[in-house]
Amino acid sequence: MNIHEYQGKELLRKYGVAVPDGKVAYSATEAVDAAKSLGTDVTVVKAQIHAGGRGKAGGVKIAKNLDEVRTYASEILGKTLVTHQTGPEGKVVNRLLIEQGCDIKNEYYVGLVVDRATSRIVMMASEEGGTEIEEVAEKTPEKIFKEVIDPVTGLMPYQARRLAFNINIPKEMLKEAVKFMMGLYKVFEAKDCSIAEINPLVTTGDGKVMALDAKFNFDSNALFRQKDIVEFRDLDEEDEKEIEASKYDLSYISLEGNIGCMVNGAGLAMSTMDIIKHYSGDPANFLDVGGGATKEKVTEAFKIILSDKNVKGIYVNIFGGIMKCDIIADGVVAATKEVGLTIPLVVRLEGTNVELGKKILKESGLDITAADSMADGAEKIVSLVKA
Amino acid sequence: MSILINKDTKVIVQGITGSTGLFHTKQAVEYGTNIVGGVTPGKGGTEIEGIPVFDTVSDAVAKTGANASVVYVPPPFAADAIIEATDAGLDLVITITEGIPVVDMIKVKRYMEGKKTRLIGPNCPGVITPDECKIGIMPGYIHNKGHVGVVSRSGTLTYEAVHQLSTNGIGQSTAVGIGGDPVNGTDFIDVLHLFNEDPDTQAVIMIGEIGGTAEEEAAEWIKQNMTKPVVGFIGGQTAPPGKRMGHAGAIISGGKGTADEKIKTLNAAGVKVAETPAVMGETLISVLKEKDLYNKCLTHNV
Repeated sequence: MNIHEYQGKELLRKYGVAVPDGKVAYSATEAVDAAKSLGTDVTVVKAQIHAGGRGKAGGVKIAKNLDEVRTYASEILGKTLVTHQTGPEGKVVNRLLIEQGCDIKNEYYVGLVVDRATSRIVMMASEEGGTEIEEVAEKTPEKIFKEVIDPVTGLMPYQARRLAFNINIPKEMLKEAVKFMMGLYKVFEAKDCSIAEINPLVTTGDGKVMALDAKFNFDSNALFRQKDIVEFRDLDEEDEKEIEASKYDLSYISLEGNIGCMVNGAGLAMSTMDIIKHYSGDPANFLDVGGGATKEKVTEAFKIILSDKNVKGIYVNIFGGIMKCDIIADGVVAATKEVGLTIPLVVRLEGTNVELGKKILKESGLDITAADSMADGAEKIVSLVKA
Repeated sequence: MSILINKDTKVIVQGITGSTGLFHTKQAVEYGTNIVGGVTPGKGGTEIEGIPVFDTVSDAVAKTGANASVVYVPPPFAADAIIEATDAGLDLVITITEGIPVVDMIKVKRYMEGKKTRLIGPNCPGVITPDECKIGIMPGYIHNKGHVGVVSRSGTLTYEAVHQLSTNGIGQSTAVGIGGDPVNGTDFIDVLHLFNEDPDTQAVIMIGEIGGTAEEEAAEWIKQNMTKPVVGFIGGQTAPPGKRMGHAGAIISGGKGTADEKIKTLNAAGVKVAETPAVMGETLISVLKEKDLYNKCLTHNV
């Protein structure tokens, strides 16, 4: 789960990590009020969307007076920003962060990730702040420094110091920098983050170390114990069908194609997309109904697929293990009876309770094309959709 | 022969009284797995399906002599269950539970360092040695005893591969699901190592997916050490970057973890990679024939 920059900064503030003063605004008037209360000479007007690259797309402006704040705020609110992370359709700006300007001396990068190779949290830092860290990693990997963190001790001050020395933070700001990194790690651990990126971290003319941007991603497996993070969720940033799916604990991702897929298991779901493409079809979605799906869940999954107007055919590919084939069959039958089915449906069932599942489908009287194997099903749905 | 589990493995079930735990315990017993006990705190002293239930893992081990456990405990309590099993000195803990917070798994792995217990999973289908022992949620009937090892990050894709082998007369020595989480107990290399040393395994199918670099590391290991043929498959060849494809571990981020990269590295290590998930079995058979192992691996009529 992602959150907005201003929400990330709220979190950082709570853990004693320095961030510029700022306020969220939903209208130009609120933006001006926010700027007034900040009372600084220079104010930054920042578009709040769940994507990076906002500056280049015209979503970040520096205002020298309140009139400029109003002008920029009206200009950015409601605008669709297209950045390298939004996709070609872009994202509409509904919220702004109005922030005090600061006197930047130097820009750095500090980030935390879960490193699979070591099964530890790793802090990374670089002198090359403000640019894409992937680019730095690609071109000048020697400029990225890493500290592997032992979960027993957490990030130790000496590790933070070592990073600060390595990225050449001025000695007089060392203490500030260490405090910053220690606080960031605390947020990461306490809030079950999967990514925390401060890019840039800045040093200022008045001797401060601050987070100028904040990007957080949270482990969705841990949201059950992070109620305050769940409150940060902004549904405007998410796909409607994905929201619907998440209500039923279904793993669903919208894609561009016209063949709706319902599969159990993430690996099989991905591979079903692959094999549809192999037969020159185009999947409309990734959908993993998961292991413990009930008839109701399967019905909802089916309805979500059918609500996509691009869908011209459906392929159900199930290899039951923990998931029983008869439950899938019941769900498919219930859903089609409820919402009607006017497009081709191909079903391939294998695994736990397969005979029972096949029987249910057969006796339902629905117009279902049965498939013997994964490839057979993919071939059939592709040709039915093209017909 | 086989790896990890066999007919002598004595298994306890952590979370035996939950609906998932109970359903799959019954299936395992039916398959012939030697389930010697269950653990549900507070229900010690009772019996379920004729299986004694204990309050703690150490009780269960002391009374039954179990050497393996399977964890069906819900995500908020799963880390505790794995650590309890490790503390009780079991050889093997197979964790089926899906959705354990990654921060918890980091602590679990740290705790298990230097201990003798091996963790498989979490978020995995389990391990099966056909006709001997089934620990986990895989449908037993698709398996046949034989000489091909299967190791996979994905549950249902493992079934797909096994099914393709069995329907072509090729039995399996052991099938291992290592799970789709970014932090897990046993990786490809660990399992490849075991298959390499198992005299009864003649060849291996390794099923990976997008995200991380586990397949690349395995490729390097295969190049250096593997004496048996390995065939691969990578799921998610058409997945868009930046989207988490169900598994927490299956995401292409920062241009890393793509299927193309993995396939290229595996090919360079001499691993033939199936072009589609429908031809995993076929691809293995073609390699068996090339290496003159086909007759050895043909175990049953179809």
